[in-house]
Amino acid sequence: MESTVDNNLITRPENILGRVITSAKIRDAVKGIKRIKRSHRQIKAENVFRKTIIIIALATVVLVLGIMLTLILQSVLSIKATGIGYLWGKTWDPVRDIFGAYPFILGTILTSFLALFISIPFSFAVAIFLGEYYPKGWLPNLLKNTVELIAAVPSVIYGFWGLAVLVPIVRSLETKIGVQPVGLGIFTSSLILAVMIIPYAASLGQSMIKMVPSNLKEAAYSLGATRWEVIRSVILPYTKSGLFAGILLSLGRALGETMAVTMVIGNTSLIPKSIFAPGNTMASVIANEFTEADHPVYLSALIELGLVLFLVTVVINMVGKRLTKQFTN
Amino acid sequence: MKTVKYLAITAIAIIISGAMMMTSCNGGSGTGSKSDTTDNTILGAGATFPNPLYSKMFSEYNKINGLKVNYQSIGSGGGIQQLTAKTVDFGASDAPLNGKQDSALSAPVLHIPATAGAVVLSYNLPDIKDTLNFTPDVVAGIFLGDIKKWDDPKIAAINKGVKLPSLDIQVSHRSDGSGTTNIFTTYLCKVSKDWETKVGKGSSVNWPIGLGGKGNEGVAGGIKQTPGGIGYVELAYAIQSNMAYGKLQNKAGNFITPSISSVTAAANIDIPADGKVSLTNTDAPDGYPISGLSWILVYKEQKYNERSLDKVTKMMKLIQWMIHDGQQYSGALNYAPLSQKAVAVGDAILKSVTYDGKPVLQ
Repeated sequence: MESTVDNNLITRPENILGRVITSAKIRDAVKGIKRIKRSHRQIKAENVFRKTIIIIALATVVLVLGIMLTLILQSVLSIKATGIGYLWGKTWDPVRDIFGAYPFILGTILTSFLALFISIPFSFAVAIFLGEYYPKGWLPNLLKNTVELIAAVPSVIYGFWGLAVLVPIVRSLETKIGVQPVGLGIFTSSLILAVMIIPYAASLGQSMIKMVPSNLKEAAYSLGATRWEVIRSVILPYTKSGLFAGILLSLGRALGETMAVTMVIGNTSLIPKSIFAPGNTMASVIANEFTEADHPVYLSALIELGLVLFLVTVVINMVGKRLTKQFTN
Repeated sequence: MKTVKYLAITAIAIIISGAMMMTSCNGGSGTGSKSDTTDNTILGAGATFPNPLYSKMFSEYNKINGLKVNYQSIGSGGGIQQLTAKTVDFGASDAPLNGKQDSALSAPVLHIPATAGAVVLSYNLPDIKDTLNFTPDVVAGIFLGDIKKWDDPKIAAINKGVKLPSLDIQVSHRSDGSGTTNIFTTYLCKVSKDWETKVGKGSSVNWPIGLGGKGNEGVAGGIKQTPGGIGYVELAYAIQSNMAYGKLQNKAGNFITPSISSVTAAANIDIPADGKVSLTNTDAPDGYPISGLSWILVYKEQKYNERSLDKVTKMMKLIQWMIHDGQQYSGALNYAPLSQKAVAVGDAILKSVTYDGKPVLQ
């Protein structure tokens, strides 16, 4: 196939130009043929590349669907045993095979949103500072790298730090405000989580703020707007969707964080009575109990917990996407 | 038109993912039997509690006989699951198989006692130098949340002469499922009707009170950080980390300090022929009551998954060595050596292991 194509290509210039061909022209012609040959191969390679890319991209989709399918299939046993009441059952008793995930769902949502609430002022401040006030220089660079470092530190280190430093501080705070001084609990986990999720919203927000067209800002300044007014009426409205996406990214991280939370949340299956009470999150229960889940229903109930966590994350992501779209329109 | 296309793609993706999962499941069990073909490596998985001791034993045995043992301390439950799936040659567990685990097995499994350990009550009362006494009643009361203060009359009555502070008791327990929790709750079930009806026993239970810490170190952290804290940790861990722990009254009425010798003493009782016995609340007069054996689990019939007789013989000799010569490494690592009676029962069980119907060890 390939050789016939080559022959055609070689013969064609000869036919067109007849017999009076200078050596230079032949060289040019040969060059041209080479170019054509290469582009022919390139088209082939292009196709192979396109197909490879599509297959790899599809493999990711297959992988996610496969994980979801596994979760569903493996939790069938527990779904059959506990039904839909699993979601609001208040007792988690592996000894008697009573599985209610409510305390853990509550714990997950409480810690994540509380952490988000605490972290937003910090991440927005960092984003605005780096994006608008001081985009260049050694101090902003230092700040930027430090914030990025926050995301790079392994979560078990946050757990250690939380246990060694934060817990005693929270305990003395609890003594002052008159709740039972435990130190471990929802509040401490939220603080740790808040620190961990700052970089996500901060770095996304900062790059969005840098992308605000300077003629918009300059127009506002020329009309006599102060910096604060420019931030409030030009930059924030312009970057709303980006800032929101950053918050969502943070929330996703907070929902799934396991190690650091497990170390400071107190790990009890009782329903938390206040934000200072110990609790448990879905991820921490799975991490704690999976290795020694010694009968099939128990194991299945833990996998169902994974499924619920998966679905909660998916739903929050979808709602977030919808809201982002609404904001931008 | 576009949606139809998308639907088709999604459907294909789901089908492919399903197929991938099926093959991966089959692949999982397949690789297990393949790795068995290497005859000089024995695979084991299970309890974390005896892991330091087993590691020492395996490395010593490797020096003598050149046999490699790959032991993964993934937890008793995980070890039993892997044994059930026949992906390992032996399992190890801190608790005998329960009914549900038994019914999941395709063939009978034997329990060979390999070492013993204990669970101690550790507390944090900075001003108290004496060792506190505990009775079963008091322990159950504390962990049920009925006894809330250290100067409770019930505690004071058994600790005459000790000036107990009016501190809140802060209970710490294991948050991860563990054999330690299993031994401790089994003990509480035996000594307290209340505990049996309200909580029960298992490697994870629904704790009525307290904070969960991950691992012995998590519970130890909880105790050390909280004045008034109490919790349960393994004896070996408590000794190594210099924690304060109390004496406990046993069935015979004696207050026993947990130690290697009092744990060995607890195992010096008549052990049933199948080796499955809980040492908790032992009858032995000088035995510490929250003690437990840790078992090696093997199939009674060793011919499965194309394992060779040579390999099976090597493994059985290893286990035989572990319960005899291997016991000398217990003391240095703070494990209790097996009692004479436990070793005798273990020997008898080992002799009942067969390969193709014929006994492996003579």
